[in-house]
Amino acid sequence: MSLSVENLTVYYQTLQGPVRALENACFSLADGEIMGLAGESGCGKTTLGLSLIYLSERMRYIQGKVVLSGTDIPIWDHTKMDTYRYKYISIIPQYAMSAMNPTRKIGKMVHDLISARCIDFEKIKPEFLRRLGLVKLSEDILSMYPIELSGGMKQRMVMVISSLLNPELLIADEITSALDVSTQKAVAEMLVEFRNRKFLNSMIVITHDISVLYQIADSILVMYAGQLSEKGPKEEIIENPLHPYTKLLISSLPKIGMKINEKRLSGIPGKPPLLLNPPEGCRFRDRCPVGFEKCKEVPPFIRIKDNHYVACWKVSKKDV
Amino acid sequence: MSPAGRFQKKMFKLENISKVYKIGTFGGKELVAVDDVSFDINTGEVIALIGESGSGKTTIGKMILRLIDISSGKILFNGKDISKNKSRELKEYYRNVQGVFQDPFSSINPIFKADRIFETIKVEFYKDVPPFEWNNKINEALLRVGLNPEHILDKYPHQLSGGQLQRFLIARALLLDIDFLVADEIISMLDASTRIDVLNLLADLREAGLSILFITHDLSLGYYISDKTVILYKGRIAEIGKTEKVFNNPLHPYTRMLLESVPQINKRWDQKLVSFKKTTIEPSNGCVYYDRCTHPKKNEQCLDRKPGLLEIEKDHFVNCWHIK
Repeated sequence: MSLSVENLTVYYQTLQGPVRALENACFSLADGEIMGLAGESGCGKTTLGLSLIYLSERMRYIQGKVVLSGTDIPIWDHTKMDTYRYKYISIIPQYAMSAMNPTRKIGKMVHDLISARCIDFEKIKPEFLRRLGLVKLSEDILSMYPIELSGGMKQRMVMVISSLLNPELLIADEITSALDVSTQKAVAEMLVEFRNRKFLNSMIVITHDISVLYQIADSILVMYAGQLSEKGPKEEIIENPLHPYTKLLISSLPKIGMKINEKRLSGIPGKPPLLLNPPEGCRFRDRCPVGFEKCKEVPPFIRIKDNHYVACWKVSKKDV
Repeated sequence: MSPAGRFQKKMFKLENISKVYKIGTFGGKELVAVDDVSFDINTGEVIALIGESGSGKTTIGKMILRLIDISSGKILFNGKDISKNKSRELKEYYRNVQGVFQDPFSSINPIFKADRIFETIKVEFYKDVPPFEWNNKINEALLRVGLNPEHILDKYPHQLSGGQLQRFLIARALLLDIDFLVADEIISMLDASTRIDVLNLLADLREAGLSILFITHDLSLGYYISDKTVILYKGRIAEIGKTEKVFNNPLHPYTRMLLESVPQINKRWDQKLVSFKKTTIEPSNGCVYYDRCTHPKKNEQCLDRKPGLLEIEKDHFVNCWHIK
């Protein structure tokens, strides 16, 4: 098993009190698994990704345990985490477009980055250039400034930089969202290619676009308002979702070949609760079509069948 | 309006419009953002304008809204050239034609309460309406877009969600009894569970006789709502026609590539890897898609001469030398 996360809880400190952005997350990743992390904006998916590598100043570690390939990761300790960042856990940040230092040439910037990890850049350079070739970037790019690159080129550049030290775990946060469909496809497929070539062990792909995950992920984890709703193999999640939220979410996606005068899709009425003082129990309760009295208690995230976990009182092993 | 009576009347006619930007330090170079585009928009019709970034789709929307000038060509609204509109007529034009844009948060001044945008409309267009009647009109418009006035009014923009604000802005446009709405990527910022509601709202407004130019890069959203589809590539129309015809029988190599690349939840991508595209801004005498084209018959002719839009079947035009 590559990564295992137990009861991870992370809040944001604000003047009004803690924002409960991530509550009791329990999941695991197999070796080589690409897990898609899906959910609406504000559901805590970026918080989950970030907390595995870098707790920013406002983020408060409350509890939980993270184990990566048998090693405990001290995510609460900012300084100790330096040993793990980039080498073992790496991230392609959201808005990778602006992730690079605009005042430095790209080659120089990568050189600094690698040297800061006490690694000789000259030794790693041939591999670096080989990988640039793989994503169809030429060597000239190293003497260019980030502003000279198009959005898709920057995205590919950041992908190569982030995975250069062959991390155990790579977190890709919304990396295809701002791209054109054809570039999106190429970037998404390149992620899979990186995994296949063992540039990284396992990967968490964070996106709000479930249809991209259906193309590249092995499993999908759906979050809602800071809680995990459902995790399972992608086919199960798309074709046979069990959690009421996943069901509604999947059915609200328009597909090509579906026109409004033939089939009118509907959204999910209501809106997610504020996480400052979230309601007790299941946070989807108010919008849920099957909610009942028991939902005032938090449903456990339990295994329904092989690799398929659901947090809902209405779903049990009998249903499968 | 009955379905038969619909689409009869021409509302907009875009005649060979182009937009050329001067670029470079001294404006010595030219960038053609929109090149010789013509199409019609009829009453009660939803047109999906689909293209990737840099295809000129937003530029066309802005030219219709007269936010930027047209370099050459004409846009006729109910038979009248809109570029000739002067102050009075222009105001009258905006009473009929309005736009809603991608990022609702940057459409509204965050310092003031969001409903201030209604006040500006009152001052400009409805000076004589008494306050009581005006408030009723606002409530009516908000209810029409599915918002509860009590929850929405008297709030700052940051207190509202993206979906709420986007509907709020549509309500603002509706206050003017418009005939035509330019909707530029209005749902790409919204979450899956709310975007479909905004999309359905547009469809309901269409039923009530509103024409919409729906600008998007998302093909499935375009297919869901539109009657007619325009596929743009580098400022030129690659393919145009009735939505079903363009999607079910895509002919231009670019449209085919787009449709193959769209991630869908009922179909896996084929294993054919798409290569990363090269972006050139060199002006081209021939077909603009030449660099990326995968058509087996691609040849010299494509490089030298511009193909023209050719009607392949009824209501279906393609801009390619090799489609007969």
